[in-house]
Amino acid sequence: MKKTGAQIVVDALVREGVKVAFGYPGGTVIPIFDVLYDTKELTLVLTRHEQGAAHAADGYARATGQVGVCIATSGPGAMNVMTGVATAYLDSIPMVIITGQVASPLLGTDAFQEADIVGVSRSITKHNYLVKNVEDLPMTLKRAFHIARTGRPGPVLVDVPIDIARSVLDNYEYPAGEVTMRSYKPTVEGHPKQIEKAAAMIAAAKKPLVFGGGGIISAGAHEELKTFVESTNIPVTLTLMGLGAFPGDHPLFIGMPGMHGGKCANRVLQECDLIISVGARFDDRVTGFVAKFAPNASVIHIDVDPASVSKIIKVDVPVVGDAKNILAALNKIIKPRAADTWNETVNGWKGDKLFTYQPSSDEIKPQAVIEKLFDLTKGDAVVCTEVGQHQMWVAQYYKFLKPRTLISSGGLGTMGFGLPAAMGAALTNPGLPVFNVAGDGSIQMNIQELATIAINKIPVKLIILNNCYLGMVRQWQDLFYDKRYSSTCLRRGINCTPCKDPRDCKKIYTPDFIALAKAYGIEAFRAEKPADVDEVLRKGIAVDGPAVMEFMISLEENVFPMVPAGKSLDEILEG
Amino acid sequence: MAAHHKTHTISVLTENHSGTLSRVSGLFSSRGYNITSLTVAETEDHTISRMTIVVTGDESILEQIVKQLNKLVDVIKVVDFMEEPIIERELLLIRVDSTKSNRHEIIETANLFGAGVAAVAAGSVTLELLGTKDRVDDFIAMLKPYGIKETVRSGAVAIAKSKK
Repeated sequence: MKKTGAQIVVDALVREGVKVAFGYPGGTVIPIFDVLYDTKELTLVLTRHEQGAAHAADGYARATGQVGVCIATSGPGAMNVMTGVATAYLDSIPMVIITGQVASPLLGTDAFQEADIVGVSRSITKHNYLVKNVEDLPMTLKRAFHIARTGRPGPVLVDVPIDIARSVLDNYEYPAGEVTMRSYKPTVEGHPKQIEKAAAMIAAAKKPLVFGGGGIISAGAHEELKTFVESTNIPVTLTLMGLGAFPGDHPLFIGMPGMHGGKCANRVLQECDLIISVGARFDDRVTGFVAKFAPNASVIHIDVDPASVSKIIKVDVPVVGDAKNILAALNKIIKPRAADTWNETVNGWKGDKLFTYQPSSDEIKPQAVIEKLFDLTKGDAVVCTEVGQHQMWVAQYYKFLKPRTLISSGGLGTMGFGLPAAMGAALTNPGLPVFNVAGDGSIQMNIQELATIAINKIPVKLIILNNCYLGMVRQWQDLFYDKRYSSTCLRRGINCTPCKDPRDCKKIYTPDFIALAKAYGIEAFRAEKPADVDEVLRKGIAVDGPAVMEFMISLEENVFPMVPAGKSLDEILEG
Repeated sequence: MAAHHKTHTISVLTENHSGTLSRVSGLFSSRGYNITSLTVAETEDHTISRMTIVVTGDESILEQIVKQLNKLVDVIKVVDFMEEPIIERELLLIRVDSTKSNRHEIIETANLFGAGVAAVAAGSVTLELLGTKDRVDDFIAMLKPYGIKETVRSGAVAIAKSKK
């Protein structure tokens, strides 16, 4: 069949099962958008910024496990996508990014809107392609999807020069069957010998701990994990990326570890004699000072990426492969283990609550808003976050019961991620309400997407925890920089003198988020005192469609516990 | 250099695509590693390139780089020659000042090393040597007193000794 390059791109997306893609047009992608104009099988959602398109595609992927797709033009369009690509790369999210490029003969000439995007994106993509012949386009696209979704998932970028999009392939056929590549063959089945070794090590351990990460969610291994944990009675800690992989209300769940993890999880890490790591990569926010991390523990590391093994922590028994396959194999041979004194000890450390804060009747406590959100949704919601204090309060106080219900930028820590990601998640029709919990700083980084949400009536419920600060940096300044709040007060103008008490500030916060939401045609509610919290949440949830809820929270609330950067997990600061 | 630093010769078979060299070298540069030498050429299969990389550095970081090399989608095979006996060779082209009176002496030195004479001009002689890195180093040292105009080294290529 005769098809243009642009038609081939769109046909490939449709054949790969893409129902919704996100994008923004521009000179070099007009041919592709022209084909999209009357493609019925695929809806292109026009965002208000290419970064929004990338995060929306990412949110779509995180909510479903399918490959998220975004399309942007060459040069500035593609550059705006890069933060979204790096975000997906660090969290191993399957994405295909289609970027337009200047015509092939102009490559490398500093042509209008030219950027060397395969060069720029090389270290933040799992793989990328510059298409040089229209004949190569079908297989390149097929491989892009294959690489994005297999092994350790990740973003794959395909750069399509406009002359390729315009040229015609006479005998087009989308490649059928499985992709085989001599240079790319991810290991998915765990080695049986290694699984046996792991089982023996688990049987011999006195103080074992399951340490799970996002790999459980991307492998869809949560059922196998639950079977494993319930037959062995081993306590479970989950990293930020892993939250939801094991029920947050399960008696064996001991909370998130790391910098803002619970005291119990960090203590168990420091005391345990065996870490069974599943799909986690020992990020520095989790380990703290590596040399003092889990000093008594041997480590079993289950990971689909061999390069993750012994990257940070010396591993005793690596098992490379897909977590679902490996846990299923392990479940067949593992000896059941009854709860014993180790479980009693751990439960003693756990106490009644994993995280606690000082309640207040004068000021709205952010933790109270998150707890209330959990009470009202009972965990039946997708909760997206931006990055900062509010993100940690969500991780601490919302109980994630199912996988893919928390959507958060863990690795790159990208402010501005949550709103577009929530948009992408909501467009997957998850059958659950979709929230984005934001701080007043983060929300302003991609707030233009309120227009996309309003116009398309995407039912995203936006919760803004407004403390008038870039709270997480302010917290570090509070704790480690002698309260010198340099450039973290969002009410501060260049003529402000340092203030004694932020509560005395008479300046009005800009923007008025309620008025702003209304300007977009979105219903909005504000809570100024603790008594308003319940009503505002209920009102926002009740709206048929998007809603904005703003909570004026205590100005200088800090996230605790906290293990300062570079300290060991037993050096914990408490509020 | 710290004691745990070692020199590795790493042989990488890759798809013969544009961009592959940047991907490979990027793994070293992003960690602040300087590559001692890197040679690239097609193999007997023209769709496959071989890169021979010589690098010195911290053991654990090099182990990580080898894993990352394996992870690259365009990389077919990585062999770190650390543990096995290899044949390693480098090509040297060197131009040395020479006069009528010492030309014979220079050529005699070249003969001792098994080097050849690539070109002779009025004020200089250009020699070629194939050898191990040490042999090339020694040869250059021997020629230094005559005055070296220019040296060009190819960087090492290596092949495993066939197994008995």
